[in-house]
Amino acid sequence: MNSVGAAAAQALQLIVGADPKLVAIVLLSLKVSLSAVVIACMVGLPLGATIAVGRFSGRNPVIVLLNALMGLPPVVVGLAVYLLLSRAGPLGGMGLLFTPTAMVIAQAILITPIIAALSRQVVEDAWVEYREQLRSLGETKFGAAMTLLWDVRYSLVTIVLAGFGRAAAEVGAVMIVGGNIDGVTRVMTTAIALETSKGDLPLALGLGLVLLAIVLALNATAYVVKETAQRRYG
Amino acid sequence: MDDGRIGFRIGSSLLPLRLENVVFAAGERRIIDGVSFDVHAGLRCMIVGPNGAGKSVLLRLCHGLLRPTAGTIRWNAPESPGGPRHQAMVFQRPVMLRRSALANVIYALKVAKVLPEQRKQRALEALHKVGLQALAASPARVLSGGEQQRLALARIWALKPEVLFLDEPTANLDPGATHEIEKVIDAMHAGGTKIVMVTHNLGQARRLGDEILFLHRGRLIERTPAARFFRHPQSAEAARFLEGELPW
Repeated sequence: MNSVGAAAAQALQLIVGADPKLVAIVLLSLKVSLSAVVIACMVGLPLGATIAVGRFSGRNPVIVLLNALMGLPPVVVGLAVYLLLSRAGPLGGMGLLFTPTAMVIAQAILITPIIAALSRQVVEDAWVEYREQLRSLGETKFGAAMTLLWDVRYSLVTIVLAGFGRAAAEVGAVMIVGGNIDGVTRVMTTAIALETSKGDLPLALGLGLVLLAIVLALNATAYVVKETAQRRYG
Repeated sequence: MDDGRIGFRIGSSLLPLRLENVVFAAGERRIIDGVSFDVHAGLRCMIVGPNGAGKSVLLRLCHGLLRPTAGTIRWNAPESPGGPRHQAMVFQRPVMLRRSALANVIYALKVAKVLPEQRKQRALEALHKVGLQALAASPARVLSGGEQQRLALARIWALKPEVLFLDEPTANLDPGATHEIEKVIDAMHAGGTKIVMVTHNLGQARRLGDEILFLHRGRLIERTPAARFFRHPQSAEAARFLEGELPW
């Protein structure tokens, strides 16, 4: 009990004092996960919207597969990317293994299905409402997909944040492809896992608190954005 | 920039539109059951009939939103697929994008491949024509039902369509808003746009219509000049319909 209390007090000191080690880890985490989210959005949003308005054979299996991929285990993604980037792997020559880039790749793969599947659902609901009107105006399928993406933009904020939350909170994939190298590829989750097993509870706890605070702040922002927009734009 | 008249494509008018033995079936049920008629430029056509007669479906078939199960629907000069449309439709419930009223009109112009530098001017003119210029910057989806329907008409007026289909555009509106909409429809007619409208408001059909197409159980029962239809319908079905609908 005492040791936990002491660790918590030290953790707060680390946060309030902006301990350079802690700050570096937090910044790298944000950099990696935000990059992964940007990439996942560039692929996932158009993909989801296109599937939403598309009519092609095999559409239902694609949707089922996409939904299933939302549950990809991070360690499996980590392993696959590891095999891809390792010396003997097809992309081994690029020397990306154990770099932040490898971690971005792994997280992007992990959350692209989440963003694609959830945005597919949101865009498809809108498509039901808009379909006749957009077709009447002569809009193409692709044009409709892009128009709908923009029209549901406030709902997409929640989806993008769900993706970010998943990326920032996962540990398995970045551990495998990043290697948890101090000062190079150590992010919040891998640091927490390591420091806990080493018994350095203050740092682990401090990072845990920061992680929770980030997730909380993001969700609060998403909520406010969506509510405000709903009132303003209907 | 324009006097409100329609710049038709010379020598390639959409009209006449010709329907021959058009059938539209949903499963076993024939919602449209062998309908044939021509639509020529000029007269305002009102399609009337009881609920479930297939009025809205017929309109969607003409506009190309539905494909007939059998029969043919032929325009004099069909629109090229993927190209800008020269016909438009106003729905019972207007569907607006989550952006300003002005941006909704500009969007339609963009889809119609109007040059970017002309879009804003044309959109503002259209909003002015329907009396919405003061609300140009307002988000479209929080406008009232009547305002949204006028915006839907402005969006279409800006496109200067040759043919306009309307599917009960005032069904959800109060008399004041209905009057506003009817004024806009009249003005578009005066500007040279062919009006084909479904309504179950017989007073409206009388006010706006030059000729009446009476639809009953998926069949076109009669086509009569409006003045005559309400006094001397040619068919027993129409007579019964008018008796039921018009208490006087």
